Amino acid sequence: MRDNPLLALLVTFAPLSLASIGGGLSILSDIQHQSVDVHHWLTQAQFLDDFGISRAAPGPNTLIVTLIGWQVAGWAGAAVASIAIFVPSSVLVYGLARIWRRYRGAPWQAKIERGLAPIAAGLILAGGLNVLRTADGGWLAWAVAAVSTLALLRYQKLSPFVLLGMGALVFATANLLVLPA
Amino acid sequence: MTETAALPPPPLTTRPPIGLAALFGAFLHLGITSFGGGLSGWMHREFVGRRGWMSEADFLSGLAMAQAMPGVNVVNLALWIGFALRGSAGAVLAVTGVLAAPIVVIILIGVVYGRYGGLASVHAVLAGVTAAAVGLSLTLGWRAARRAARDLASLAILLATFAAVGVLRLPMLPVVAVLVPLSLIFAFRRGAR
Repeated sequence: MRDNPLLALLVTFAPLSLASIGGGLSILSDIQHQSVDVHHWLTQAQFLDDFGISRAAPGPNTLIVTLIGWQVAGWAGAAVASIAIFVPSSVLVYGLARIWRRYRGAPWQAKIERGLAPIAAGLILAGGLNVLRTADGGWLAWAVAAVSTLALLRYQKLSPFVLLGMGALVFATANLLVLPA
Repeated sequence: MTETAALPPPPLTTRPPIGLAALFGAFLHLGITSFGGGLSGWMHREFVGRRGWMSEADFLSGLAMAQAMPGVNVVNLALWIGFALRGSAGAVLAVTGVLAAPIVVIILIGVVYGRYGGLASVHAVLAGVTAAAVGLSLTLGWRAARRAARDLASLAILLATFAAVGVLRLPMLPVVAVLVPLSLIFAFRRGAR
């Protein structure tokens, strides 16, 4: 099984797909452990680079798995890793979506949704905090995030691109000032 | 007041259904533009705000379900929205749409980064984009929180979730395993009043 890298990617990441309750970040340390310590696909430094890329790139952070797959076995590796991490959980969610539609309007359904809502809200806010805590830039990252949040709440029509560009500019400037070439 | 159970389910929609191509295009667009993360926040802006395809309540319900299920939240949410709008075909198109471009982009960035890796200015720009994108998540979190905190019990659950995972940094799984049943008990008892 270890001989075939595609198979190894599949059996490594497919179980993590089903274990990722509460979002992709909950399995990040497992992804790290499997790819760095168990399979030696990457060094620790490479993993951290990949993590930085996956956070800034479009799409979910979990695409770090796609990137690892590509580094292990090229485009086929990227495809297999993506399928392994996204398909098993999606099949489950699809099944639930069908059940939800069938019983749409049932009182228990509204109650479950109401019961889950505060957890979801708490997790999203906590997720933002955790990104900032591990972010490069220290207080500057917190300041940029705070300005961005307040601006988005205050000006609903404002394009997030303006804020992302602002964040990039602020950090690039700070980088130039701190590390003069 | 106790007769709510007798109400028929609300009609699904009276508007013409959203075209599959438009749906795929919307998710493709979101996928490629969501630099720095915060994709749920982007989806909220797009589907509730700009396009008006969903109500805020439906979106936030989907968000809660997407979070509760295993899998990547934003992929689950895309699937849920796609299914709500256009059934099974919508679900498949939403997931492939939202992932297609980012899969290609992340590999291209990986190639470039491998070549110019460690370039401090590239690193700084990526970090700045990520910090600003947190604003999208926090904005959505704020909306979700305002709607979710209907009474003291749900506010307490919300704060407990946030404190446990965000402040104390406890592992998510046990926290969710304790708080989800508790919150569901509150929700069902509230309904029985």
